[in-house]
Amino acid sequence: MTLLRNILMRLLSTAITLFGVAVIIFVVIRVVPGNPIAMMLPPGATEADIARLQAQYGFDKSIFEQFMIWLRGVVQGDFGTSISLRQPVSSLVLNRLPATLELSIVALLIAVVIGGTMALTGTRWRNTRKEGAIDVSTGMALSIPDFLWGLVLILLFGVLWPVFHISGRISPALDIDFTTNFYLFEALLRLRFDVLGDLIGHMFMPALALAIPLSAIIAQLLKQSLKETMHLDYVTLSRTHGYGEHHVITRDALPNAILPTLTLVGVQFTFLIGGTVIIERLFSYEGLGNMAIDAVINRDLPLIQGIVILFALIFTLVNLAVDMLYVVLNPRLRHA
Amino acid sequence: MRDARGDVKRPIGLRLWLSGGWLILLVLAALLAPWIAPQDPLAQDLFTSRLPPFWEAGAEPGYWLGSDSLGRDVLSRIIHGARLALIVALVAGTLTCVIGTALGLIAGYYRGWPDRIISRFVDIWMAFPPVLFAILLIAVLGTGLTSIIIAIVVIDWTRFARVIRAEAMTQGAMDYVASAQVAGRKRMGTMLTEILPNVLPTIIALLTLEMGIAVIVEAILSFVNLSISTDSPTWGGMISEGRTSVHQAWWVLVFPLITLFLTVLSFSQLGEGLKDRFDPVLR
Repeated sequence: MTLLRNILMRLLSTAITLFGVAVIIFVVIRVVPGNPIAMMLPPGATEADIARLQAQYGFDKSIFEQFMIWLRGVVQGDFGTSISLRQPVSSLVLNRLPATLELSIVALLIAVVIGGTMALTGTRWRNTRKEGAIDVSTGMALSIPDFLWGLVLILLFGVLWPVFHISGRISPALDIDFTTNFYLFEALLRLRFDVLGDLIGHMFMPALALAIPLSAIIAQLLKQSLKETMHLDYVTLSRTHGYGEHHVITRDALPNAILPTLTLVGVQFTFLIGGTVIIERLFSYEGLGNMAIDAVINRDLPLIQGIVILFALIFTLVNLAVDMLYVVLNPRLRHA
Repeated sequence: MRDARGDVKRPIGLRLWLSGGWLILLVLAALLAPWIAPQDPLAQDLFTSRLPPFWEAGAEPGYWLGSDSLGRDVLSRIIHGARLALIVALVAGTLTCVIGTALGLIAGYYRGWPDRIISRFVDIWMAFPPVLFAILLIAVLGTGLTSIIIAIVVIDWTRFARVIRAEAMTQGAMDYVASAQVAGRKRMGTMLTEILPNVLPTIIALLTLEMGIAVIVEAILSFVNLSISTDSPTWGGMISEGRTSVHQAWWVLVFPLITLFLTVLSFSQLGEGLKDRFDPVLR
């Protein structure tokens, strides 16, 4: 019962957070100077035209009234209409979401592979020069944010040694008729490996830029908890049974060392998703973040609201999922 | 009462020297910019447009690191850009630190309803994508130095509040705090004289990190053309221009990028080094 109560409390807390985000974003963007309606009309528009459109978008009402109208719509799945693109916000945002999700998940996979390998290598050769080299490189990878890594990657692999695409999501020539916007997933299912290769060629640079700082965090945390676990009695016991160092690290120490890393990686993964905003801009990748920056520049209030709420929803869901996973993986907490 | 911790002599370490050295160089460059910059950073001259750096054919003396498409000297713009970068780092970093630390201390030491309110706001803030939030704030506040500083403080105070709250909670549960209470100290006094000095190493490490982050945020905002007006040279603005002409003139992107890279790295390494130096208990 307590577990169920915990979950309900978490869901309630998540709902309050999302509501807070909605209120703050709603108020903040409504003090933006510059009339969004005036920007979408041709220069010859009369005052009456502006007033009519203002009323159509509800901007003539008080912020409180606008919020209530918006909230009523959101409950029914209606996030309003984009001012600059003149389409429903919900469909615009859902069309771009897959691109950002694919980018974030590929980045997470890269980070886990690089970070995990570094942690295992560092533990295997602990207290040697190799571990020192790993510590120095993770320290450096950690202190430089994704934006700078993106620029460095553009210079190295886009200009100096152009092996990867540094702009866009797919080459126009290979843009097959996708039925979903999960291009990567769909290309894989339809066994179109030429398309898959092209997609990865486009995605690899931005994903790597996002992955580098996270991989360093994973490497540091996992190595630290691996080294702590290596001193525990059951690991020593396994050693006395004659198992080699490799077996001891991956089979005995790793399963117990993963838990502390997991919770922190959850929070860090939300940072990574937040990083897609500027990385998508840098690599002209057609995702949510790139659309968000355009929306701010165009003063497209309904679209900004929709995108921010979606990001907030993703962040809170990731945190919720990690908490649940932690309970599932940690038997001690199941009855707590 | 003092313990022997502060008297332990430890080598300052190479990274502290290197990062400190680079930052001192930057401070000097920023202070002496009008005297040491070889050219006027704003002077446009189409005859000197896209000059390569000094070791390449076609370079001109006086334009050591080349010039951009408008003929402005890259080195002079980097030197003048250091002024803005350091002002943002110092002012935004310090303000973020003071506000975030104060809220974190109150939440972590007083607990109860102040903690509930502050933690709720931290939760809400953590659900915002920070870069998008910053861009949005600049759209609201308008471009300019003050707006950038406000935006950085508004998006980043949680970084301090979260960590300091956790530390203050740990410290608050310790015996020395209880004895201060028993001795009749006021809550506020205990917080400032007992808890604060003990979380200082963490604050210093976070502060230097935050200074590096502030420089990056300014660069990101310049990159999406939302920073200071285009006439004052900024590293981010240079990077943004360099990104578009990287195939014709790589040096316009590379040199400001290296400067930014070294600066951010130095701030964080300085923080790590100082943390170790102030608190030998760590590691």
